[in-house]
Amino acid sequence: MNIHEYQAKEIFRKNGIPIPPGEVATTAEEAEAIARKFGGTVVVKAQVHAGGRGKAGGVKLAKTPEEAKSVARDILKLKIKDLPVTKVLVTPAADIATEAYVGIIIDRASKRAVFMVSPAGGIDIEEVAAKTPEKILRLAVDPRYGLQAYEAMQLAFFLYPDVKQARPAAKILQQLYKAFTRSGASLAEINPLVTTPSGDVLALDAKMVVDDNEIDRRPDMAALRDESSEDPSEVEARNANLTFIKLDGNVGCVVNGAGLAMATMDLVKYYGGDPANFLDIGGSSNPEKVVSALRIITSDPNVKAILFNIFGGITRTDDVANGIVTATRQNPLKVPLVIRLTGTNEELALEILKKAGMSAMTDMDEAVKKAVQLATGKGKAA
Amino acid sequence: MSIFIDKKTRLIVQGITGRDGSFHAKQMMEYGTQLVGGVTPGKGGQKFEGTVPIFNTVAEAVKATGADATVIYVPPPFAADAMMEAADAGIPFIVCITEGVPVLDMTRVYPFVTEKGSRLLGPNCPGLISPGKSKIGIIPGRICTPGPIGLVSRSGTLTYEVVYQMTRASLGQTTCVGIGGDPINGTNFIDCLAAFEKDPDTKAVVMIGEIGGTDEQEAARFVSEKMTKPVVGFIAGQTAPPGRRMGHAGAIISGSTGTAAEKMQAFEDNGIAVAKRPIDVVDLLKQATR
Repeated sequence: MNIHEYQAKEIFRKNGIPIPPGEVATTAEEAEAIARKFGGTVVVKAQVHAGGRGKAGGVKLAKTPEEAKSVARDILKLKIKDLPVTKVLVTPAADIATEAYVGIIIDRASKRAVFMVSPAGGIDIEEVAAKTPEKILRLAVDPRYGLQAYEAMQLAFFLYPDVKQARPAAKILQQLYKAFTRSGASLAEINPLVTTPSGDVLALDAKMVVDDNEIDRRPDMAALRDESSEDPSEVEARNANLTFIKLDGNVGCVVNGAGLAMATMDLVKYYGGDPANFLDIGGSSNPEKVVSALRIITSDPNVKAILFNIFGGITRTDDVANGIVTATRQNPLKVPLVIRLTGTNEELALEILKKAGMSAMTDMDEAVKKAVQLATGKGKAA
Repeated sequence: MSIFIDKKTRLIVQGITGRDGSFHAKQMMEYGTQLVGGVTPGKGGQKFEGTVPIFNTVAEAVKATGADATVIYVPPPFAADAMMEAADAGIPFIVCITEGVPVLDMTRVYPFVTEKGSRLLGPNCPGLISPGKSKIGIIPGRICTPGPIGLVSRSGTLTYEVVYQMTRASLGQTTCVGIGGDPINGTNFIDCLAAFEKDPDTKAVVMIGEIGGTDEQEAARFVSEKMTKPVVGFIAGQTAPPGRRMGHAGAIISGSTGTAAEKMQAFEDNGIAVAKRPIDVVDLLKQATR
């Protein structure tokens, strides 16, 4: 789960990291009032779950409260990577001497939390890694002992040769590690970590991703979820316990299992179509899930055909068949439906569909081909 | 032969009285797995299905039954503890089916389990099956058949799909292993490939990967450097957008790394035959074993 910059900053602050003040506005007028309170030049920053905010016009300087109002108005109209901006963070502009990057990620290869620090801050760290890898220092943390003081100093000296800055930076790194583990994060990042002309070390930005598997046991993190900044269909899917990701294509896909769902999307593409979504109904065989899945998919006007691909293992295909019959009775479909099911209780499932006047296929390739033909009008329907 | 498990494997089930644990315990018994015990704290002394003894702790279960494998079906908040308990009780092979284990838990579990000398499969995996001999986990037995092909995969139902196609084409399996879809897991592709290379009955191997991470790329290098047996590969997620978690916690393209294209290229560069569709695995296997 992504959280907003202002939420991550609040968590970092609670763990002792020095961060300039800031307040959130949802209207241009609120932004103006906050800017007036702070006085001087402020930065107005879009709060949205997407990278590249600056390039998209989502981060602007404002010298006066009036200017803050007008830039906030513009930013609140933006959509960045298809996500609406509903909040802006207003914060006093800081004088910057140097910019560095510090971050923690879960590294799959070492199976540990790994620090990455670089004196080349303020830009995309992937770009630094690709062009000047020597400017990045990595350190894997032993989870049993946490980040030791000497390790933090090693990292900090890589950023700042002067101990006057290295020492406070090392402290920030330890505080960041605490924030990371206490929040159940899979990523925590400060970019940039700046020094001011007077020599202070400050975090000017904050980013955190919380591990989805932590949400159930961390109500404080669950409370940070901002549904207004997500795609509504993805919110509905999550509430129905479905894993759903919206795409741009015309073949709606309902599949059990993530790997098979991806392979089904790939096969749609292989036969000349484009998948409209990723959707995994999971292992359980609750007919209600099928009803929700169909409602979500049919709300996308781009969808021209719907494909079910169910391989029954734990999932009982007769339950899926019942779900399809119920859902299509409640809301008759306006687009053609292709059903492929095989595995557990397949004969029962075929019987249920037959009684409802529907039919199903058992071969995955044939079913995908047919769905693509129906969606695109290309070729002859089988 | 087979890898990791065979007819002699003595299994206990952690979470044997839960909904999933009890259902699959029965399925495993029916398949012929030697189920020697179960663990549910507070239900020690009872019997599962009237025959299988239940214990309060894994240590007690091991002492009484001599179990050398365990399978874990406990809910995510307790899964890390269950894996560590099994390793501490000296069980050499631990399979964790549970989906949703926090990744920070796994950063602690992995070194603990390895230092105890145990092998962990999963979490978030379907387990494994040596057709005709034994199965641990949830892979449906009837889609498999004994034969000379080893299979290793990060997925569940996609594995079933491919195994089913293989079985229909009379390409039986020595062992099918699901290593799971999480970013940190116990057993990886290379562990399985090395075991299949050593197994005299395995003549060829199928490797089913997906987007996210670099496990497949490293496995591809292992294949060209260390393996004599032919390997056929498939990668799911060619149409997956970057930055989105595709169901599995580990199936995510981070920036520009972990794409399907990158992995398929690594396969090709290292002499692995790449299937464009799941069904193509069958033809490529036939060519490889001809």
